[in-house]
Amino acid sequence: MASGVKPRVKVPKTASAGDTVTIKTLISHKMESGQRKDDDGNIIPRSIINRFTADFNGQNVIDVTLEPAISTNPYFQFEAIVPESGEFQFTWYDDDGDVYEETKKIEVS
Amino acid sequence: MNLKPWMAAAFVGMAGVAIAQDDSTLSIDGEDFVTETAAPAHVENLSTIYSGWRFRTPETQALQEDDFDNPAMIFVDQGMDLFNAVDGAEGKSCASCHKGGPEEFVGLHATMPKVVDGKLIVMEDLINTHRVEVMGAEPWKWSGADMQAMVALIGLQSRGMPMEVAIDGEAAPFWEKGKEIYYTRYGQLELSCSNCHEDNYGNMIRADHLSQGMINGFPTYRLKQAKLISRHNRFRGCIRDTRAETFAEGSDEFKALELYVASRANGLDVETPAVRQ
Repeated sequence: MASGVKPRVKVPKTASAGDTVTIKTLISHKMESGQRKDDDGNIIPRSIINRFTADFNGQNVIDVTLEPAISTNPYFQFEAIVPESGEFQFTWYDDDGDVYEETKKIEVS
Repeated sequence: MNLKPWMAAAFVGMAGVAIAQDDSTLSIDGEDFVTETAAPAHVENLSTIYSGWRFRTPETQALQEDDFDNPAMIFVDQGMDLFNAVDGAEGKSCASCHKGGPEEFVGLHATMPKVVDGKLIVMEDLINTHRVEVMGAEPWKWSGADMQAMVALIGLQSRGMPMEVAIDGEAAPFWEKGKEIYYTRYGQLELSCSNCHEDNYGNMIRADHLSQGMINGFPTYRLKQAKLISRHNRFRGCIRDTRAETFAEGSDEFKALELYVASRANGLDVETPAVRQ
């Protein structure tokens, strides 16, 4: 497992039905591109987050493919419409097979 | 004089850069920060001091206004992990002694560097002394990620408090030495700190606005380096750019300079960890 990986998410706690809310996500990850060489000239193997998804009550909201050129600690900000109270689930997929998850509840009044 | 239109435009443009610090107000999660105040009496050549935040672009400024957007907070989190991590022969972590957590250090950062037992002490010294003498651990490298994460974590506890560095009493000789370094021209370009940060703040240096060189936001997340930058690293960078041989990080010269430069920001709020270009 890559070290120092920690997902973070900022979602408003409350919203009105049909509101568009801004969601900010960030995962600390070194995003090793696979292009760099170490001191001995050997290629440092690629190790990146290759996919990020967000679901709301089981329905997919966003699905992103990440490429090696994306720099360290990838940050995504996007907007979502919330029709009802529920839970956002965020998932990051690592090259090494690890999956990092984070959930956030939102109250809709 | 018969000016061609493009020349007139150039002159207008030049007049505009002289006042590059903007009128924005820094507010982080509802808390307002002092980014402009009357210069302390010992800063003879400035009437008003400005935080470096005021010289940055709106995009960079915005990053510092929300802790979630502030990339430095990742490193503060790492600092918190390090605070609780056991290291060294004694089997202790920082938290073993400092049971109140980093909150024990509220206000400390705003008064550093300070003189203890006749020696000028900066935050990095304090951390490494405790690591070696209390924890029996290896000292951290001055500008290493571990060290600066810890400095940022402790500095964050003082965020929003005014800088209040003592320059009298035992600190006076160190302060005088720092002042001398500040006004000494170094390198093939023969530039002193004051040539840029006092005489020319607000003007462009290549593609950037020169700030007054206030260090109330250090360690700072620099976008071009994508990590936390220590004060001494930045001193070294500036002196290197004058094409001089620089002092070493952690040297007595840089500690004295840190005391002097920190005292120039007395009255500005601590912004640690700030975000800069």
